[in-house]
Amino acid sequence: MRDLIAIHGEPSREVYLDSENSGLIYPKALEEMVRTYKEVGYGNPSITHKIGWESYEVLYKSTEILSQILNTKSSELVYTHGATEANNLAILGSAKANKNDRKEILVSSIEHFSVIFPAERLQEQGYKIIKIPVNEHGFIDNEFLKTKVNGSTFLVSIAPINHEIGTIQNLKEIIDIVKEKNSKTLFHSDAADSFGRVRLNLNKLNLDLASFSSHKIYGPKGVGLLYIKEGLKIEPILHGQLSSQKLWPGVENIPAIAGFAEAAKIFDNMDKNMLLKMRDKLIESILSSTESVLLNGPKGPERSLDNVNLSFLYVEGEAIIVELSMQGIYASSGSACTSRVLEPSHVLIAIGRKYEEAHGSVLMRITPFNNEDDINYVIERIPKGVARLRSLSPIKGG
Amino acid sequence: MSDRIPLPYSPKVLELFRNPKNMGRLKDANTQAMAGSLACGDMISIYLKIDDANHLIEDASFESYGCAANIAASSIMTEMIKGKSLEYTWNISWKQISNELGGLPVVKYHCGVLAVGALRRAIRTYFKEKKLPNWLPKELTPDEKHALEEEKLIEVLSKKMEKTKKPKIDLSYRSK
Repeated sequence: MRDLIAIHGEPSREVYLDSENSGLIYPKALEEMVRTYKEVGYGNPSITHKIGWESYEVLYKSTEILSQILNTKSSELVYTHGATEANNLAILGSAKANKNDRKEILVSSIEHFSVIFPAERLQEQGYKIIKIPVNEHGFIDNEFLKTKVNGSTFLVSIAPINHEIGTIQNLKEIIDIVKEKNSKTLFHSDAADSFGRVRLNLNKLNLDLASFSSHKIYGPKGVGLLYIKEGLKIEPILHGQLSSQKLWPGVENIPAIAGFAEAAKIFDNMDKNMLLKMRDKLIESILSSTESVLLNGPKGPERSLDNVNLSFLYVEGEAIIVELSMQGIYASSGSACTSRVLEPSHVLIAIGRKYEEAHGSVLMRITPFNNEDDINYVIERIPKGVARLRSLSPIKGG
Repeated sequence: MSDRIPLPYSPKVLELFRNPKNMGRLKDANTQAMAGSLACGDMISIYLKIDDANHLIEDASFESYGCAANIAASSIMTEMIKGKSLEYTWNISWKQISNELGGLPVVKYHCGVLAVGALRRAIRTYFKEKKLPNWLPKELTPDEKHALEEEKLIEVLSKKMEKTKKPKIDLSYRSK
């Protein structure tokens, strides 16, 4: 790998825009983790000695912080090792506790795979999975939802913000439709990409389950949360030594939880107008400077404040990602070539993009660690990189 | 680590992606062919200038719409065949291309397959109006079939997707 990086070279400027996949941590969150590892919180919170009690205290205080931000009770939050596990627990765990004959699950066609795949696994247990279509900007087809939710609907899962194209759903309206049709239907939201981007008042929304992830808000990796509405029946899907949580066995990652809470405080309180300005400047500049580019997802206030997703026609996304990497710009693509399964992004296909349009997509997430100079640099470099690749192409510019 | 899927490229792939050799259309080519499709996300055009008298490749070039591995595979293949006989060129395999590149990640093997597919098509095209040499099989070789199957599969998938109900597209979200 060292040889590869040597050939790549060290660009003079580096702009990291791939926090959708993972990224930097707030320095204060890292400090909090280190303090917890070194001083308080390195023990097992369920053991009755001083170090265990100190660890429990860190767990308790961190959970208080997170529950205040999310407006829940502390007892309604279960820690997992990320949103993937939280989504699996929400879907598989609630199905495991389902003793009635409601066996239909609806998921939007643009959900994260950690929602779609566990739902599909339930087909083996007799569940029917229905994918909810979306329009060209990724908004849920409410009329479809109205016709499909009925007495057999067990669970509906729709994310408040789409992870790839940043579409902000009208979640309240959607939940109301579902609950009006069947008040017993559970509503789950993969809210990993919503935390801090839209205000989710879990106590007021009629949500039953919601998943969160620390690294999506610039906290440490390897820790997530599942909100489970008080009284909801759910069973564990992993089994082992229980610590302080009944639904997730094993020792809690206390330092990561402390870092998660610290990051949540910082990101929740942050003035995000700067992110919004950078997002719009990047989108508008590229659309006006570069030919044959499509914006994936909605414009303006209905788009997540940090999401940029553009399709560059006549070039392949993975090539753009490597090209940009050599310029010190780090992003990702919905191209088949980057997916390891050789199929383009299911989200882009669901909003009506053709395969070739999905292949040329580039996803960038503006973070609190970026500044305007970074964005100016990206605006300057992208058209050049795309032009070079188009000049290689047999389709256009060759 | 055994279950993890490695994706990193060899330094050679990155080097050729940055500075591809023999890029662009060859004006005096006497045969050319394309493999792959837009829907695949991988497309390679190969241009060959062949000496008609002794069947030596005088010059070769490529154009590529594809990932870094696709560009590097096409580039190195054109280097490998310049000055070589058509018979030698015909027998180049995607594994040789992968080896020359210092190894391709498993999920990128198809880039080598596609490059060989385009090359063999170009050679077949060259012999279209000519007498076939003994070394050129009349039937498609497994590598050619492989490239063809990949193209067909993705076309079918892509067509299937296009037949499903699609949202209409908002043109205001498009650059010039």
